[in-house]
Amino acid sequence: MKFAVIVFPGSNCDVDMYHAAKDELGEEAEYVWHDAVSLEGYDAILLPGGFSFGDYLRTGAIARFSPIMKEVIKAAQDGKPILGVCNGFQVLLEAGLLPGAMRRNESLKFICRPVGLRVENNETMFTSSYEKGEVIQIPVAHGEGNYYCDETTLASLKENGQIVFTYENNPNGSLENIAGIVNEQGNVLGMMPHPERAVDPLLGGADGLNLFKSIVKQWRESHAVKA
Amino acid sequence: MYKVKVYVTLKESVLDPQGTTVKRSLNSMGYEDVQDVRIGKYMELTISESVANLDETVKEMCERLLSNPVIEDYTYEVEERVAQ
Repeated sequence: MKFAVIVFPGSNCDVDMYHAAKDELGEEAEYVWHDAVSLEGYDAILLPGGFSFGDYLRTGAIARFSPIMKEVIKAAQDGKPILGVCNGFQVLLEAGLLPGAMRRNESLKFICRPVGLRVENNETMFTSSYEKGEVIQIPVAHGEGNYYCDETTLASLKENGQIVFTYENNPNGSLENIAGIVNEQGNVLGMMPHPERAVDPLLGGADGLNLFKSIVKQWRESHAVKA
Repeated sequence: MYKVKVYVTLKESVLDPQGTTVKRSLNSMGYEDVQDVRIGKYMELTISESVANLDETVKEMCERLLSNPVIEDYTYEVEERVAQ
């Protein structure tokens, strides 16, 4: 399986994403610069955290118009797994691949620490290796993770099981403790916490590893050679 | 040339954590009459007269990039300027 790690000017978790896919999973991975115009040959797309374009105007607002985003949108429509973490999540929101928007953290502080996350939905291609209701420890590191959407959107998120992760103790004021959501088709996941920073006990925990393993598992199952 | 002033603010229904903090600070400084503070953005665009449809273009730019319609509203004013 081949992962693309999209790199925007100002991305800073790209190396961790690459490490998770390449070294921890043992899969193929390549960095793809934001002005590339093709994602041909990649099976999954990873949008890393950081401060793309310095967070100018709004987080993710400028990155959303990078040339590669046309291909990311196409890959999303083709049903390929797309994972956006932190700034990657913000880019997905700005691109309209996921509903809602981010506000400044309620405390106005940048929050950087491990938090407890509840797996609300384990029937997605990103969470099938977790138990439903399992609480995992994953670090957050953001100043704008205060998720917002209108009531109609919230109702449909709930109805379709699109709320995948919630915070055990809400760190940022996020609506309904939302930490991560998928699109209706279930192939685009955005989350503020950083699973790629929790893939090795040496780094303080490996609770994020199952997320990446779930992606590979789903891909292997759907690409298995039929006997 | 046109000078266009764009104002972007959070929608009324969206809580503004920055505004709330500034309001609290003003109140504690003794400005107790301040009931609400909303923080927004102000942008100045200089647009050449060759633009086909100024209003339509400005609205489009506001909706596509300058504001996020999910949480923000925008208004703008157009000032015509003599070419330099």
